[in-house]
Amino acid sequence: MIKAILIFNNHGKPRLSKFYEHYNEDTEQQIIRETFHLVSKRDENVCNFLEGGMLIGGSDYKLIYRHYATLYFVFCVDSSESELGILDLIQVFVETLDKCFENVCELDLIFHVDKVHNILAEMVMGGMVLETNMNEIITQVDAQNKMEKSEVSLTLFDIYS
Amino acid sequence: MALKIVKGSIDRMFDKNLQDLVRGIRNHKEDEAKYISTCIDEIKQELKQDNIAVKANAVCKLTYLQMLGYDVSWAAFNIVEVMSSSKFTYKRIGYLAASQCFHESTDVIMLTTNQIRKDLSSPNQYDTGVALTGLSCFVTPDLARDLANDIMTLMSHTKPYIRKKAVLIMYKVFLKYPESLRPAFPRLKEKLEDPDPGVQSAAVNVICELARRNPKNYLSLAPLFFKLMTSSTNNWVLIKIIKLFGALTPLEPRLGKKLIEPLTNLIHSTSAMSLLYECVNTVIAVLISLSSGMPNHSASIQLCVQKLRILIEDSDQNLKYLGLLAMSKILKTHPKSVQSHKDLILQCLDDKDESIRLRALDLLYGMVSKKNLMEIVKKLMLHVDKAEGTTYRDELLTKIIDICSQSNYQYITNFEWYISILVELTRLEGTRHGHLIASQMLDVAIRVKAIRVFAVAQMATLLDNAHLLTGNVQRKGICEVLYAAAWICGEFSEHLDNPTQTLEAMLRPKVATLPGHIQAVYVQNAAKLFATVLKSQEGNTDSTAAQETSQLMIDRLPLFVQSANLEVQERASCILQLVKYIQKLQQKDVEIAEEVIALFAGELNPVAPKAQKKVPVPEGLDLDAWINEPPSESESEDEQPRAIFAKEEPKHSRPRHTEVDEKELAKRREARKQEQANNPFYIKSSPSSQKVYQEAPGVEHIPVVQIDLSVPLKVPGLPMSDQYVKLEEERRQKDRADKKKKEKKKRKEKRSGRGKRHDSGPESEEDITPAHMVDIVTEEMPENALPSDDDDKDPNDPHKALDIDLDKPLADSEKLPVRSHRAAEVLKSPAQDGDAESAASQEPKKKSSKEKREKKKDKDRDRKKSKEDKKKKKKHKHEEKGEDLLGGQAEEPVVQSEATSEVAAPPTSTTAEVSDLDFWLSNAPVPSNTQEAATVVAAAEAAPTSEVASGTAPDSEPDEPKDTETEETKSSKHKKKKQKKEKEEKEKKKKKKHHHHHHHSDGGGEESVQNGTVEEEEPLPPMSNYCLLAENSYIKMVNDIQGNLQDGSQVVVSVIFENKCDSFLKSMEFNVLDSLNSKLQRPEGSGPHDGLTVPFQLPPGVSNEARFVFTMQSIITPQKLKGTLTFIVKNEDSSTHEKLDFKLHFTCTSYLISTPCYSDAFAKLLESGDLKCSSVKLEGVVMPFHHLLARICFRHHFSVVERIDSCASMYSRSIQDHHVCLLVKTSGQTVSIDAKCDEPTLLGNVLDEIKQTFSQC
Repeated sequence: MIKAILIFNNHGKPRLSKFYEHYNEDTEQQIIRETFHLVSKRDENVCNFLEGGMLIGGSDYKLIYRHYATLYFVFCVDSSESELGILDLIQVFVETLDKCFENVCELDLIFHVDKVHNILAEMVMGGMVLETNMNEIITQVDAQNKMEKSEVSLTLFDIYS
Repeated sequence: MALKIVKGSIDRMFDKNLQDLVRGIRNHKEDEAKYISTCIDEIKQELKQDNIAVKANAVCKLTYLQMLGYDVSWAAFNIVEVMSSSKFTYKRIGYLAASQCFHESTDVIMLTTNQIRKDLSSPNQYDTGVALTGLSCFVTPDLARDLANDIMTLMSHTKPYIRKKAVLIMYKVFLKYPESLRPAFPRLKEKLEDPDPGVQSAAVNVICELARRNPKNYLSLAPLFFKLMTSSTNNWVLIKIIKLFGALTPLEPRLGKKLIEPLTNLIHSTSAMSLLYECVNTVIAVLISLSSGMPNHSASIQLCVQKLRILIEDSDQNLKYLGLLAMSKILKTHPKSVQSHKDLILQCLDDKDESIRLRALDLLYGMVSKKNLMEIVKKLMLHVDKAEGTTYRDELLTKIIDICSQSNYQYITNFEWYISILVELTRLEGTRHGHLIASQMLDVAIRVKAIRVFAVAQMATLLDNAHLLTGNVQRKGICEVLYAAAWICGEFSEHLDNPTQTLEAMLRPKVATLPGHIQAVYVQNAAKLFATVLKSQEGNTDSTAAQETSQLMIDRLPLFVQSANLEVQERASCILQLVKYIQKLQQKDVEIAEEVIALFAGELNPVAPKAQKKVPVPEGLDLDAWINEPPSESESEDEQPRAIFAKEEPKHSRPRHTEVDEKELAKRREARKQEQANNPFYIKSSPSSQKVYQEAPGVEHIPVVQIDLSVPLKVPGLPMSDQYVKLEEERRQKDRADKKKKEKKKRKEKRSGRGKRHDSGPESEEDITPAHMVDIVTEEMPENALPSDDDDKDPNDPHKALDIDLDKPLADSEKLPVRSHRAAEVLKSPAQDGDAESAASQEPKKKSSKEKREKKKDKDRDRKKSKEDKKKKKKHKHEEKGEDLLGGQAEEPVVQSEATSEVAAPPTSTTAEVSDLDFWLSNAPVPSNTQEAATVVAAAEAAPTSEVASGTAPDSEPDEPKDTETEETKSSKHKKKKQKKEKEEKEKKKKKKHHHHHHHSDGGGEESVQNGTVEEEEPLPPMSNYCLLAENSYIKMVNDIQGNLQDGSQVVVSVIFENKCDSFLKSMEFNVLDSLNSKLQRPEGSGPHDGLTVPFQLPPGVSNEARFVFTMQSIITPQKLKGTLTFIVKNEDSSTHEKLDFKLHFTCTSYLISTPCYSDAFAKLLESGDLKCSSVKLEGVVMPFHHLLARICFRHHFSVVERIDSCASMYSRSIQDHHVCLLVKTSGQTVSIDAKCDEPTLLGNVLDEIKQTFSQC
């Protein structure tokens, strides 16, 4: 099970937070801060696994993260997930973002966090991995966006008429 | 132009969208909080508007603010509004917001039930999709209960996109509403074989997650998972399955044996590191589960260790980390194989990566022996000195203690060394683990009697230098050590060299700065010390020394009497009085030392931490029972006025034995507070009470000297642990030399060659004798302790509720609550097609009354729900009822039929499954010939197929009452038949025993025959559907074709490949030439002529099964496809490319799926007149009639509807829903089959095939 997915930048500013277990807002912020603190002090060439987040999880949980340019992608998972599998999943996630946003950069995530959520929802649901095939994910995301667009033009029509 | 106007109006409408908000926040870096609060005000305004677009925009912004840490729960109702918009765009925004901020205590959640239900059944798959996604995040027990049935229906949705989401969310539903697990499980299991890889993966995911927590309930799925493992090519699924097996093997060692081979193959063949790693992990789990005495598995261990070493040596830090992680698992059972890599692991301790260092530490824990403990700990102590950052150093510290104390100090040969290590550890700055060191000191000093003299001396030094430990503010954690030191010095004071000095040290004014609990120990133990000192001094002629000691106590103790800590205060004043009294006696020259010592006489024995829990409850004692009747509320009211006059303090005149539950306690506490508040005579606690003492002179004037020490501390007079390492080395050498001498002597004496030879070899564990003869006192346990291991289970674990036996038949009461106005999905049986209502109306009234009772129960349960819930119910009640009246009568039985079918499923499958598993496992070694392989696979398949068949089939037991009822009309035969049935039942049981290994055929025959009546019959001959596909000197292929239940155009071809030669077969590619009508399904992106890679390799003599899916356009005629299998034969020195051509024969039979059918539905079908007729005669058939039927059932996928004497009606349907009905009659050796089908060509072909089957025998 995945307990949380966090994206924050090199300064610890959250760009996306998805908790699959309920915490109140303060705890969430604390977790983000703590995770950032743990992750950011690690060198570039050390392993991508991390134990010992105090707030989230406990001994059964691991932080698995990747660092891309200005962003950290962190998954907090328990022992039922394969570590390397999750690393691959992060890669798929980022590649999918790259395809959906065309050369994704931090700004895309800053201004379109809702879209990022929608993409993530096609990959992970309720803490369990839903789909790992990038083409399938993109197809579903595109189809939904198309639907949204058609609705928007309808709305415009409504307003105009 | 027009567009501009539109845009303008939109701009006006949305004052600020999400992007604007983000931009604004970025532009207001200095006063972000203020800016956001104005934004929130704007949002509140927007939410008040009626326009849903504006609301959605506002909610969207709130979702963003929630991420920044703002509480947006106040907008929960608006979120629900947006969720229920008919537009997908807004709905999605609403569900996203809900998934981010709703949780179980969000009260508006219960308003969403109907909206979610509506969305789940929406014709638009993405509406359903977002609803499922959202629900997965905020599902509550109520939602789970109300929606479980709707979600279960979605598991069979036509769109794989919905199916996979529905399957996945079931896990959450199970967690919140465990009652749903058993009813939903058959369908979940079915999804393991879903044609869509995504759905399959989801099902695997869910079952793995369930099985991880309660593995024993899922053991029966092992054959199915085994098959998936050998056939799946999806690494993600494979990893999950392999992980699951890792959890199952500890429960069933035979399973492990079966797994080793395919896993080893995977390890050799896969290029995916993730898969390789998980394989290694599971192999390790298997090896752990098997007893270590198996010689042929040492190769597997070697393989694992080897692979792991490669990982650890890899430059990729991730692999290094995982390698170490897995290594630590091997360590537990095969420490020897890991210990040889000690060099590598010690090297990892120097790694720059903390994660890796921690892993390496873990490994060291298991690698220590008596021989290397000192050396390893010495290394670790070096690291402790070097370690920067307290977390890692604390980790090191705990590891050192863990390593040394493991299994009852098994590896420690010299406790003096250990004590000095502990003392050295106290010099660590800023550690949190003072209490850990302290408890170790206590433990060792209490349990190792021989070490007490040494320990006491060390502790005395520590006490003497206590200022070094407490001086620095940073070092607060470490002062816990003084707790242990004081206690040890006091308790074992007879061993002290200079007790007076220690006593003086314990009474220093500075002690008052220590935490209260430590001071308390100081005071108490000062008294013990005092007793010892008195004793030693009374022996002397000069009595002044003793009096001086008493004076010292009297001088110093008042400091503690003034302590704010109650414990310290109480003890101090008690002891002070005692000492004063002693002083009086001393002045009268009375010898009192003995009496004072008697105060503290007696030995304290160590008691095991769990001892208290293990005391058995005496018979007849009910701990939950009230001792006195609980006071009624009116009584307490009566008491209150009286209390005022009596200055009542709550008194407990007798010790309480019952454990009063929390609530009750809280209530009482509340009541008491109330009482006290009303009681004018009660002195309320206030800070002023302490001031009395605080203001006394003295405390503030005690000089507190802060000693700032940044340099590492060297406590004077303490021995260094390193010395011991050297000493130990010397001692061992001496020991060895001594032994050698002895050995030589012995040899000289005996002069026989059978003596043990350990002169030159490395010393073995037993050779190292401990430095002192150490008696480690074991912890005490109550005499008749209960041996229970469930101490560690967390009672709050939600998974505990999911520990449900899934093989037990479903009870009627277990079905999911169904909303009666929406009929549950009806199963695919002919009854559904138009006959549903008529069939239903024939159902006996008895059942519907049962159903009503059931409903009543549900309602009762509902009634218990909260008031709000009721309100909500009321809102909807009138519409519900209206529908109930309309549709209730007709539909109820339909619902019932589903329920009964589910009830029906397990009885057949339980026994089948269990025996299947046993059989499957008993065949443990990989079969070396195909015959065996085929039966194994058949057996493996029997589980899923029989399950699938019975899962979807409304047949067997629950039908029986109905059957008998119809039979009652033919009353004459009735009684006889019943008797026969009983006999038959017995017979069946016998048969099952006889024919375990041909379950497939058995199952098919039996199940269907059950419907009709059968005379006593001989057992059925073995049958298998696998037929030879092609064969050459290298490889043999046998295949079976099955229609796909889920998809009308697909058939699944299972091919077993068997390696017949002595070489390794690899790179197998399976390819067929597609025809217009039938196509092999290839993965996305591959061309129409590409072959499919077979997902495994074959070592010599091994066989394995792969499945291929074909898509069919028309299924009315049989087809043949030409194909080729190419593969590489690899010898030690050469490899050749080989191929094998084959013809894949799709008979019409293979499109049929055995589907049970009610006899009345069957009759309707025949009467309908839509079916074309055809017939065939078979001559010279010499076999019992039931064999003949079983053969048709098995070979041609039919099921018996009814059988009367030598006449039987049978039914089957094709994957494209053609009905095929047979009437089989026999007289002598002639069998005539009259058949009806809505597709004459198909029927003709099927009959031809049946004819052929019987001409062969």
